[in-house]
Amino acid sequence: MNVYQSLEEVQKEVLDLIQNKSLTYEQQTFGLAKLAENVLPYPEGADEELMELAQEGIVCDLHEGHAPYAPRYVLPDYDLLFRKGSPFLRLDPPKTLTDAIHTLLIFYHHVPSITRFPVYIGRIDQLLNPFIEDEAQAREQIKWFLIQLDRTVDDSFCHGNIGPQETLAGNIILDVLKDLQNVTPNLTLLYDPKITSNSFAQKCVSTSMACANPAFVNDQMFREEFQGDYGIASCYNGLPIGGGAFTLSRLRLNKIALKSQSLEDFMTNQLPATIHAMTGFMESKIRFLVEETHFFTESFLVKEGLVSLERFVGLFGLVGMHECVNALMKLENKDYSYGKDQEANELGVAIMDLIQKEVDAFESKYSDFWNHRYMLHAQVGADQDLGTSAGVRIAIGHELPIYEHMQQAGMFHKYFPSGIGDHFPFDHTVLNNPQAVLDIFEGGFASGMRYISCYAEDGDLIRVTGYLIKKSDLQAYNQGKQVSYDTVQYAQEALNTYGVLNRKVRGESDARR
Amino acid sequence: MLGRINQIIDSSLVDGPGNRTAIFFQGCNFNCHYCHNPETISPGNPKQDMELSEVLERIKRNRPFIKGITVSGGECSLQYAFIEALFLETKKMGLSNFIDTNGSLPFWELPVLTELTDGFMLDVKATDVKSHLLLTGKDNKVVLKNAEFLASIGKLYEVRTVMVKDELNNQKTVEEVGDLLQEYLGQPIRYKLIPFRPHGVRTAYRHWESPSSEKMERLKDLALAKGFEQITVAS
Repeated sequence: MNVYQSLEEVQKEVLDLIQNKSLTYEQQTFGLAKLAENVLPYPEGADEELMELAQEGIVCDLHEGHAPYAPRYVLPDYDLLFRKGSPFLRLDPPKTLTDAIHTLLIFYHHVPSITRFPVYIGRIDQLLNPFIEDEAQAREQIKWFLIQLDRTVDDSFCHGNIGPQETLAGNIILDVLKDLQNVTPNLTLLYDPKITSNSFAQKCVSTSMACANPAFVNDQMFREEFQGDYGIASCYNGLPIGGGAFTLSRLRLNKIALKSQSLEDFMTNQLPATIHAMTGFMESKIRFLVEETHFFTESFLVKEGLVSLERFVGLFGLVGMHECVNALMKLENKDYSYGKDQEANELGVAIMDLIQKEVDAFESKYSDFWNHRYMLHAQVGADQDLGTSAGVRIAIGHELPIYEHMQQAGMFHKYFPSGIGDHFPFDHTVLNNPQAVLDIFEGGFASGMRYISCYAEDGDLIRVTGYLIKKSDLQAYNQGKQVSYDTVQYAQEALNTYGVLNRKVRGESDARR
Repeated sequence: MLGRINQIIDSSLVDGPGNRTAIFFQGCNFNCHYCHNPETISPGNPKQDMELSEVLERIKRNRPFIKGITVSGGECSLQYAFIEALFLETKKMGLSNFIDTNGSLPFWELPVLTELTDGFMLDVKATDVKSHLLLTGKDNKVVLKNAEFLASIGKLYEVRTVMVKDELNNQKTVEEVGDLLQEYLGQPIRYKLIPFRPHGVRTAYRHWESPSSEKMERLKDLALAKGFEQITVAS
């Protein structure tokens, strides 16, 4: 949350960007645009108290920019696009698979988001399936659809959904992804064991072991909370279709704990005060976006009904629960750790109850979809997060045996309708037994989890904190070479410093004599 | 009721279909040279005894995550009375019951156990009697009869053979297992070919070697030709 003090400072940053040899042209252009935005002050309402909290690293806006002019996450209603076409883009409703694929690819180009790329590309299997006539031809076309996506939307916050019904298109997508080893899109199976066939679910596990996609989401849980359809966007964010999220800021819970005098001070003073400051800050950004910029009056997405203001929500994020609980336990002179000790986990739950209550106490003028409240979001982490674990996750290196791990996670997932998830590297023993992973996932869902993924411990593609990268791309980027995917920049600290590659491997190595 | 147990593994991906809790019983009536956990062969000691209720408690905790349980060893079937009682309870929990066995007990004489068991994973260490005697200290008459019997009642889930270079006639075993089960191979009986691994093996036999990976592939092709459809080569 940098505020420039002089023109020279701005100029230096411009020059640094232009001269950075590991950035591609597009990455530089996007960086310059963000820089220009940040020359403006924060919107009115970002008071000094908030800026102090930002300085202390307690509140963080994820470099979202000072003056938002489009929502952070946009989830267009693709069904409507296919029914009505888009007059602005001069696209008629598609009639063939070629029409459908090109309609989507053209449309994606025009969907804004915080990453400059679409973070939600729809339920791609259900969108394409009705147009398939010839399977061999469809395979070829879908292959090139996915290649085009991967090479032009170079950022794995771009998220596609498949399922819950098994379709031919879904099967083709899985087959093709296995071969292509693409980073984009991030893919999620909307999984409902009552609807999704067992063989398709097993195929999803096997595909994950080959290319870290798709992740599994607890479809029934989301459907109940959203009272119908929802989309999974960006990392793993559940959001309303035909809407999205205005903004996302986050608390570093551990830093609040570190400045508290006692557990009581944390619960009664520090945490509520910080939440109050952050909700106010978020509201000021949303107000600026809605009332001082023109997205919600002029964008063709709004005019054509593909998104609407009342289906956007504010996302209240948090990280660092693990370290927060441990710090508070220390203040109480108790030797309990988050994850392994029940008392520590119960404190975590009490903290979540308080956060939920305080966040719900704030009534937003916006966020209609969620009854004018902000949704909680377990954020996956960002740069400068060393010593702060993602969301409410157990820190890497302290993972529990898988059942206990999932049961612990299950205590927390219910608080985060707008996204939370856990990722598990498995060893080769899964390859002959994908059903085993499915059994474990179902146990996780039965324990209250909402989003789970697996990948092969020794594969090139891995899920970092929510998004995918190739280890080989990171290696190249570490050596100062250009890589097309933006996400590699974000993954650099996560992998180089925070130890994502050291997650506890599951399978035979987790269990065997 | 007490069972003598070497170890319980809460999550196993390699002991039958899906994710399973595997219970390794103490004590074996074979003494295979290549045994990779020879500590489970001796009858053990009372410190390893577990109450049935204790074992069930552990399984109950794992219930949401598992498809079923697998009893292994040692040779689990030697403690069949305990296993019958265990399987009766796990069935009530909606779990499937699998047995990993050396096939030395005549299962056709254990109808209660056989009834409660969903699938057997049977080690056929060698079809040749002499080799079997040399390797395990016991003959293989009952083992081979069990293979047929279990296949005939549709409960032979998998046959397993450990392959050792030079010491065993691997090819003969695969061939003869195929012949023995010929009329049942319409069922999805799996064949797992396991290359010998020195890990855990007693010093006297640790120098044994596994067939080359090309040889393993050839054995797999042979099993395929015999009519097995699902063949895995363990790593």
